[in-house]
Amino acid sequence: MTDLTVPKPRSELGEIVYHLVRDPLGLTGLVIVLLILASALFAPWIAPYDPIALNVPDRLQGPGAAHLLGTDQLGRDTFSRVIWGGRVALQVALPTIGGAILIGLLLGMIAGYGPKWIDNLIVLLFDTVRSFPTVMFALAVVALVGPSLNTVIVVIMVTSVPTYGRVVRTLTQSLKEAEFITAEKSLGASTPRIMTVHILPNVLGPLAVLAAMDIPTVVGLEAGLSFLGMGVKPPTPSWGSLLNDGYNLIRNTPWLIIAGGIPLILTTIGFTFLGEALRDVVDPKLRGKGGK
Amino acid sequence: MLSYVIKRIGLAAVITVLAVSALFLIVHMIPGDPVSTMLGPRATPEMRAALEARMGLDKPLIAQIGLFFANMLRGDLGMDVFSNRPVTDIVLNQVPYTLTLILVSISWSAVLGIALGCYSAVNRNSLGDRLTGILSVSVIAVPAFVVALYSLLIFAVKLQWFPAIGAGDAGDWGDQLHHLVLPSLAIGLSWVGYIARLVRASMLEVLGEGHIRTARAFGLPERRIVFGYALRLAILPTVTVIGVGMGFLLSAAVFTEIVFSRPGLGKLVIDSITTRNYPVVMGSVLFSTLIFVASTTLADIINAILDPRIRAGK
Repeated sequence: MTDLTVPKPRSELGEIVYHLVRDPLGLTGLVIVLLILASALFAPWIAPYDPIALNVPDRLQGPGAAHLLGTDQLGRDTFSRVIWGGRVALQVALPTIGGAILIGLLLGMIAGYGPKWIDNLIVLLFDTVRSFPTVMFALAVVALVGPSLNTVIVVIMVTSVPTYGRVVRTLTQSLKEAEFITAEKSLGASTPRIMTVHILPNVLGPLAVLAAMDIPTVVGLEAGLSFLGMGVKPPTPSWGSLLNDGYNLIRNTPWLIIAGGIPLILTTIGFTFLGEALRDVVDPKLRGKGGK
Repeated sequence: MLSYVIKRIGLAAVITVLAVSALFLIVHMIPGDPVSTMLGPRATPEMRAALEARMGLDKPLIAQIGLFFANMLRGDLGMDVFSNRPVTDIVLNQVPYTLTLILVSISWSAVLGIALGCYSAVNRNSLGDRLTGILSVSVIAVPAFVVALYSLLIFAVKLQWFPAIGAGDAGDWGDQLHHLVLPSLAIGLSWVGYIARLVRASMLEVLGEGHIRTARAFGLPERRIVFGYALRLAILPTVTVIGVGMGFLLSAAVFTEIVFSRPGLGKLVIDSITTRNYPVVMGSVLFSTLIFVASTTLADIINAILDPRIRAGK
């Protein structure tokens, strides 16, 4: 007897996850990213010590049973600081990229759909913002208003907007000419309706890929600025400030640098793998065009 | 061709004007008076008076921006708060260090990246290709300062193969080169992966094109097809990417200069921020922006020369 039941079609999201998990690179990325998210989310339960509690008698210890990754110059537990540092990294990365996507979407769709002069104006704005080397620009702003988490978020958000805006603009422009949009227009659909119902959903996929690939850049920037003492203020644990402590004590102990660098490398590799695999699923045509 | 170059340079000029104005406005938007903001708490009354006169603070904002540009075009970016030397001199002294570091980094990574990319494209789907692919993706996003710190720890502090500090003795080329190895490794590593992937992708595209198939049909040796014909087209995207990547290179240089205590724009900015020497901070940011705009413009022009499709189309 043959079984005639047709397999139930997967949902769109299910389809993406299915392909992602079958790609070894995608699976590795997904696992790393989930681990990082979980450790940041559950930091208070995972971290064995208070990340800012001083314990000077136990300072500068190597890895051991009591302290998995040793302690820093003030006797704080490095492993706990690494776990809590992940929280700070995501606290910066998520609002930064979320904000940049929102502004980029708005400006990019207006530029792509609107009249030529608005398009030119917005592209010029993007090009101007892009003409500042991000770190230099961030340092100038930090020099003037002082270092803080919010400064870092706003500066990186502003400098990231053009990346998203340009992609949205290009996609909107090509969608504008598509037959189904022309059909909608001839049926009398309003511009807001075309933008939100037809263009927006088609732009979101590529944006998600871009966002996944951009997270390591933002996390790296936050860590870099904190490393320079221009980002998160002590005693808040950040991977960057951990590396700064390690740099100052490099001749006393290698453990702070090793412990501060590994989560950064894992984060970048995890999100890049995930982004690459996601891109191949969302749009095979873009293969090999991601990066910087 | 000429009209494209003129148009592109014109655009660069407009962008520079806008960017510099934006920088100027940021200084003015900060609460408090701009003179205190620009000079910081260590300024003497004479310096405040001099800057007030120079900026024309009693005039409207537009006139102030105009004055700022007029001064800038004359190469006058103000005076250093401490040494009272012109900011332009101080910044120009550091620019060669940063540019050398960036050029050395991007050169070695471009050579290696192009070689790996060609190898991967020619031996598509081989074990070597896959390995190169995974390694490229792995290093692409790793921050330069993490590579810098790890190489400092391993090769300078533990193994002591390379120096940890400075740029080497002036005049001693060998010593300077020795000091460049670790910093340029830190900046270049992610670029090797990036360029390798880029060249692989564009090489595969080029190898599928008609004129290459014709060359094959004529029985030209594969080596000659790849290196004689395809490579020239396949490295085009790399030129653009390096031009646009100048911003990333400058950012990476800031961190690397700090980690290895090398002189350069990055070290100058950080030192000036910690001493609240704002005129020097602004001067350095301005210069790095100029370098960035110039390099993207140059990359576009080179691309237009190499690829006729760009200057004709769009």
